Amino acid sequence: MKPAAALADALITLGDDHLILGHRLSQWCGHAPMLEEDLSMPNMALDMLGQARNLYTYAGGLENKGRNEDDLAYLRTDREYKNCLLVERPNGDFAHTMLRQLYFAAFMHPFWQAATTSADDKIQGFAEKAVKEIAYHIRHAGEWVIRLGDGTEESAQRMGEAVIALHGYTDELFSTTDTMQICIEANLLPDPERLRDQWDQTIEQVFAEAFLTIPEIPFPQEGGRDGRHTEDFGHLLSELQYMQRTYPGMTW
Amino acid sequence: MYSQGLIGTNTETEESEEFLAAFQARIDREEKIEANDPMPEAYRKTLIRQIGQHAHSEIVGMLPEGNWITRAPTLRRKLALLAKVQDEGGHGLYLYSAAETLGISREQMTEELLTGKAKYSSIFNYPTPSWADMGAIGWLVDGAAIMNQVPLCRCSFGPYARAMVRICKEESFHQRQGYELMSVLAKGAPEQKQMAQDALNRWWWPSLMMFGPYDSDSSHSDQNMEWKIKRFSNDELRQKFVDATVPQAELIGLTMPDPDLKWNPDRNKGQGGYDIGEIDWSEFWRVVKGGGPMNRDRIAARTKAWEDGAWVREAALAHADKRRARRAAAQEAAE
Ligand SMILES: [Fe+2]
Ligand SMILES: [Fe+2]
Repeated sequence: MKPAAALADALITLGDDHLILGHRLSQWCGHAPMLEEDLSMPNMALDMLGQARNLYTYAGGLENKGRNEDDLAYLRTDREYKNCLLVERPNGDFAHTMLRQLYFAAFMHPFWQAATTSADDKIQGFAEKAVKEIAYHIRHAGEWVIRLGDGTEESAQRMGEAVIALHGYTDELFSTTDTMQICIEANLLPDPERLRDQWDQTIEQVFAEAFLTIPEIPFPQEGGRDGRHTEDFGHLLSELQYMQRTYPGMTW
Repeated sequence: MYSQGLIGTNTETEESEEFLAAFQARIDREEKIEANDPMPEAYRKTLIRQIGQHAHSEIVGMLPEGNWITRAPTLRRKLALLAKVQDEGGHGLYLYSAAETLGISREQMTEELLTGKAKYSSIFNYPTPSWADMGAIGWLVDGAAIMNQVPLCRCSFGPYARAMVRICKEESFHQRQGYELMSVLAKGAPEQKQMAQDALNRWWWPSLMMFGPYDSDSSHSDQNMEWKIKRFSNDELRQKFVDATVPQAELIGLTMPDPDLKWNPDRNKGQGGYDIGEIDWSEFWRVVKGGGPMNRDRIAARTKAWEDGAWVREAALAHADKRRARRAAAQEAAE
């Protein structure tokens, strides 16, 4: 595979992570536990979706098949989306949503940091912007994980349940696809496996303050990077794609 | 939003004649009244009520548009809609803060909203079944809100006036964005044009009702005019909105759902303006009194968010208390 095609494919995968997580966050809009969160969650969703747009647009140009950001975001089948399963997990309660955000942001922060030295200028540019945005996500979601973990009895219990429910999906963040491997070797994208220490550190720090323990995960869940998704994902796509599928080929 | 908020306001006061005259003199000199200034109780109550209703309108107003965030047809539209709904939440936040300066808490206002004691703009009790409603709301609902709110930038109560300056800038951006969305549909495929026309048909009359009853039928605005809380009458503002909006519809080839709409060269002191057909006030009152298509759903959604979020808010308070206690203990140990 040519490096441009490999990079396009890897960036689409990364774009999928951002699109799907942004979409999930946006589902909260207007229904948050407090007005301040009705502003913060859309902020984070806008960051995610903005990064997805950049990634898709660049990837579309690289692959040179005439696909724009919307073709990539809206017009693929479920097996063609390569986002990790973590980001597609349903919002659950506020504890689940904040923990999912922390897990993802704790991975993306060192990822973008490392990507600021990518051999590709465009990726450097995306990384410089994203690294600032994602630092806020770690702070915001991390503070909530701490508040809820060390809040009331009920909130601590819910936070603990969220950890049990979601921790098993975090391993997939560190997996790679064939095209990612090509990009890693060409110094276009960072190697996720090398980000594990930083991720562990962030999570350990937050969990210590939140009185949470990192669970043993005998059977990690993965499959998204291979296009094998959970049952909820089809419902997400049917909503996301509704207009494009109902009114094909129109300008909006 | 809005003049509708003033329906049924009780503006009777018991303060002395001198006090009221001195207050009125400040207003007449166009001085801004600040939160800690002496003010007639009725002035305070009217403002708490109006600002509270305005804040509630922003918050409930997030729901009809929020309904389409996950189904927006393109990424550009999805971001724009999400940002717009977020802006409305921001408006709610400044307005609650402005009302809080008058001695009511956000919590209390929220309870009044959820129990039905406080109202919000009735326009948000209509459903958004189609994507074109995102255009119609921005264009017409934000457009009508601007007509009401631009004069409020000069409202005699300083915190409200200042909040309005900031909000109006964003509302006019929303209005342009909504109109642009609508114009793309109107120029698009037949299904899109039909979608746009259908949305206009559904939103036009309710948006005219946003200005409140005809001047001939509304009894309470004189005092608010004198206090410069309100500066134009319902009919004046409605006329401005009609005159601004009708040509915009024509420009993109949409038809106002009003067979009696016609140009009248004598309106607006001979400058010309549009005559419109009779507004169906029975529909307006039905929606104000809780019988609109979405009244129950809107309050149910707000109630659910509030109740589902209770444990989060409690946890935040509990955590803050624990932190404070730990800090105090550490300080004590250090001394
Ligand atoms: Fe607003
Ligand atoms: Fe607005």
